[in-house]
Amino acid sequence: MTSLPAAPGAKKLGLVIDLDTCVGCHACAVNCKEWNTGGHMAPLTDLDPYGAEPEGVWFNRVHSLEAGDGAAGRTVHFPRSCLHCEDAACVTVCPTGASYKRTEDGVVLVNEDKCIGCKLCSWACPYGAREFDSDAGVMKKCTLCIDRIYNETLPEAERVPACVSTCPASARHFGDLGDPNSDVSKLVAERGGYDLAPELGYRPTNKYLPPRPKRTAETAPAAASDTSEQPTGLLRWVDRVLSI
Amino acid sequence: MQPAFSVIFFTTMSGFGYGLAFWIALGRAMDEAQAATTGWFGGLGLAVALAAIVGGLLSSTFHLGHPERAWRAVSQWRSSWLSREGVAALLSLPPLGLLWLGWTFGETGGIWSVLALAGAVLAVVTVACTGMIYQSLKPIAAWSSGLTTPVYLLYAGLTGGFAAAALASWFSLDCAWLIGLTLVLTVAAAVAKRAYWSRAATAMATTPESATGLGRIGQVRQLEAPHVTENFITREMGFQVARKHAEKLRRIALFGGLVLPAALAVVALAAPGAAALALTVAAVLALVGAVVERWLFFAEAKHAVMAFYGRR
Repeated sequence: MTSLPAAPGAKKLGLVIDLDTCVGCHACAVNCKEWNTGGHMAPLTDLDPYGAEPEGVWFNRVHSLEAGDGAAGRTVHFPRSCLHCEDAACVTVCPTGASYKRTEDGVVLVNEDKCIGCKLCSWACPYGAREFDSDAGVMKKCTLCIDRIYNETLPEAERVPACVSTCPASARHFGDLGDPNSDVSKLVAERGGYDLAPELGYRPTNKYLPPRPKRTAETAPAAASDTSEQPTGLLRWVDRVLSI
Repeated sequence: MQPAFSVIFFTTMSGFGYGLAFWIALGRAMDEAQAATTGWFGGLGLAVALAAIVGGLLSSTFHLGHPERAWRAVSQWRSSWLSREGVAALLSLPPLGLLWLGWTFGETGGIWSVLALAGAVLAVVTVACTGMIYQSLKPIAAWSSGLTTPVYLLYAGLTGGFAAAALASWFSLDCAWLIGLTLVLTVAAAVAKRAYWSRAATAMATTPESATGLGRIGQVRQLEAPHVTENFITREMGFQVARKHAEKLRRIALFGGLVLPAALAVVALAAPGAAALALTVAAVLALVGAVVERWLFFAEAKHAVMAFYGRR
């Protein structure tokens, strides 16, 4: 049924992505591709993989952006994936019942056997989270690694999405955003985590943590020595001896 | 948005077919003796309408990844406008098909008027559902407007109206009421389309700043895209049409597809002798204009996801 759950469960599994620590290495995207091409939505088809115009299905895309100008300007690496929205229009527009949002944890999934490949869900998603697999003829999307997070054959520490487990900067966090006392909820509260494109009203579950304020001349630690005035003569000699 | 041929063909042809069926069925419902007095008019007109509707529906399945599963699309009418459109389209075919059969055999009587009325109502409902599919998509700000569905209905009404009036003129039937109503719809479509275009220019609320939440730092620009070649997202949602071409095509849609057919309708009303020719030319122009309008509807529409690529 592509209606959203009438009484959504308290549990809202999702990601918290720290834009302050993300270094833009694309490891999350690569490990996502690696896991999911053998996972629940497999394969993540690549077309012309070794040719001049390779392209394929990815669930995670890392943009590199510049924000602001001059001294206030920042380079921000920005991973983009499914936000498992509470008002997931990708689910309600689906004519066949292939798209659904799970009541028990809020994860948005596609049943590939019911998908007719009309692509309307990809149009309804402002976050570009759904990518059509033209080879399989069905829509594919992030599963929040549903085949890892509940997978009892994996060691407990590995029961997190592939993107989270691989991030070398610990910029990605996984947990229950419906529980105000969870680590991810506390992180969001502490760091001012926010929703993407809130004006569209999709109420994403995933949150982004803003880059911390840049250190300015006043907030940066003072320089070790002041070399603005160069001494001359004897003082210059004393200065050089003392600087050794 | 990518202007896919199958979707443009589907929406214009099914709109035209439903418009034509609507006017013919409405005329039949108002005057139940028509089946006996109008000869082949109804049989021929409904045949063309049904061919356009069914042809359009079939073409819409061409862009599916799994056309053989299309039957599943009628199941989610509680939440999906696409599903509702499928249900309405399937419901509209029996009354319109039966009306066509009955008319072809010259059947008169109350039951046929009921079928005609049901067919006319379901034609309107189906086209309204088509419009709502697009109107309900919030990431495409230009479409997410109260004007989208009315424009779909007006175009269906006027393209079908000109064709119905042209056909009636060939059969020397009095159709001044139909020409008059089509003229009103055409003027309304021109006004609505102008309003749609002026609203679309400033409709996009999602910016690179709001999409990424980095507006707190300053203006957001793309430094590096996530991928080197095109992908599904940029191809499907990132289509761009040169402003110069768009302006030319808007003029073609507005003057060639609406103003000129409207002028020809006035000629048909003033000079009944020239009506059949004038209305036939008007019908062809209106249909070509509708295709241009529909191409622009897709090609000019911007999708919010492109804000992540720094596009405004």
